[in-house]
Amino acid sequence: MEEIGISLDTVWMLLAAMLVFWMQPGFALCEAGFTRGKNTANILMKNFVDFMFGSLLFFFIGFGLMFGSGGEGFVGMPNWGDLSFYNGGLPTEGFLIFETVFCATAATIVSGAMAERTKFSMYLVYSAVISLIIYPIEGHWTWGGGWLMNESADSFMMNLFGNVFHDFAGSAIVHSVGGVLAFVGALALGPRVGKYSAEGKSRAIPGHNLAMAALGVFILWLGWFGFNPGSQLAATGEVNRIAISHVFLTTNLAAVAGGVATMFLTWLKYGKPSLSLTLNGVLAGLVGITAGCDLVSPIGAVIIGLLCGVALVFAIEFIDNKFHVDDPVGASSVHGVCGILGTILTGLLSTSTGALYGHGWAFFFAQCFGILVIDLWAVACGILLFYGIKRLHGLRVAKRIEEEGLDIYEHGESCYN
Amino acid sequence: MKKIEAIIRKTKFEELKEALLSSDIDWFEYHDVKGIGQSRQERIYRGVQYSTDVIERVAITIVCRELLLEPTISVILKVAHTGEIGDGRIFVSDVAQTWSIRTGECGDTVLRDKK
Repeated sequence: MEEIGISLDTVWMLLAAMLVFWMQPGFALCEAGFTRGKNTANILMKNFVDFMFGSLLFFFIGFGLMFGSGGEGFVGMPNWGDLSFYNGGLPTEGFLIFETVFCATAATIVSGAMAERTKFSMYLVYSAVISLIIYPIEGHWTWGGGWLMNESADSFMMNLFGNVFHDFAGSAIVHSVGGVLAFVGALALGPRVGKYSAEGKSRAIPGHNLAMAALGVFILWLGWFGFNPGSQLAATGEVNRIAISHVFLTTNLAAVAGGVATMFLTWLKYGKPSLSLTLNGVLAGLVGITAGCDLVSPIGAVIIGLLCGVALVFAIEFIDNKFHVDDPVGASSVHGVCGILGTILTGLLSTSTGALYGHGWAFFFAQCFGILVIDLWAVACGILLFYGIKRLHGLRVAKRIEEEGLDIYEHGESCYN
Repeated sequence: MKKIEAIIRKTKFEELKEALLSSDIDWFEYHDVKGIGQSRQERIYRGVQYSTDVIERVAITIVCRELLLEPTISVILKVAHTGEIGDGRIFVSDVAQTWSIRTGECGDTVLRDKK
């Protein structure tokens, strides 16, 4: 029976990995739909690069940095393609695949925010650095058994808060890191030509195909049913079968609550229910629930979804109108703002440790501390990386290339012929 | 001979086509046109309001004998009418000559009635 149990767990993990892999076309379609047709081949290419570079580099080095030992809980040792160091119960090669698709998800979030104006060659540099360094190191602090999630009684987190940081499937570790990098990247790049008037007023640059974007969001939604329930990494036994079902439900409830909140809020604010923002609202709910999908009740999940859907609309407006950071797909709002919000809300709404359920504020502060550390790391890396590239080589294509489209000048082929 | 040029709503084209064919006009040209006018359509994309100033219409060109001028115009006025701003315009001008390429004929007889 135990044999069958491990096999069942392995199948569940690999099935979930397939679903998370399927988020790549979700991101690709979503980003392609929200941008203009003259840059579609470029954005699709970037999505392929994120997965190709992510898979190779994470297999070769990142997996060791994230799950290896020897760095005092701050970083593992690079594995140089050798997987024998790891023994986690489930087959290591399957586990590597599962972790690879998460790494690639973090990497691919950024491409949308930097769409329509980034040099392809310089995007390759970014894509390599996140899969090689940024993600595996903060991943080591957390899922790799490092200092933020070290549960032994004398660890730093237990001493300080009496709780470790909790991020079940990656609101903080995957999404907020991708989101804040997206923000820094878009900030370093500057807005697209024509995005802001001389007086600094934001102009709309409508995406070329909302049907594509909507399909992308539905695909991402499906992928999330692997992303969150799969992170249980087990399906056998009463505890696990209840857990994955619970996570499945909370994930879906937060998604719909996010979409509903955004739909009604845009109706109220702009006079009409906005499809382009409601699509983001669904994703906002999904990103928000990812940290605490195992700990919050179904009602808690609805609350997280609603709050993320509302926060999203204001975040997009604020980033656009106040910061003048041009994020064509809203990645910094969806993944950054809602990733951070969801991580913090877990500290309030966790039924077993949350402040609103009478368990004190220690866990809440542990969540705030964890997200702060992780995102400071991401922001610091992002500033070094993007401003470094900008200074040394230039991050942006020439104005003429941007106006005529990256497809022809950067790739020599266009999406629509 | 007169030339009637009418700019009408795209939504009214099918209806007008039927009406013209059943009222003795046996040939007309049309094309999709885009214009810029005073009427603006407010749109919102990702929370940013913008207005599209491009207005899409269909332009129809009919050349007919003078005896058909009044009935044709009254058909267009009736069928293409909604009462809202943006229903369109009709322009009428004189045509100096009309030739048939097949027969080499010139004049009113080229624009023969069906009946």
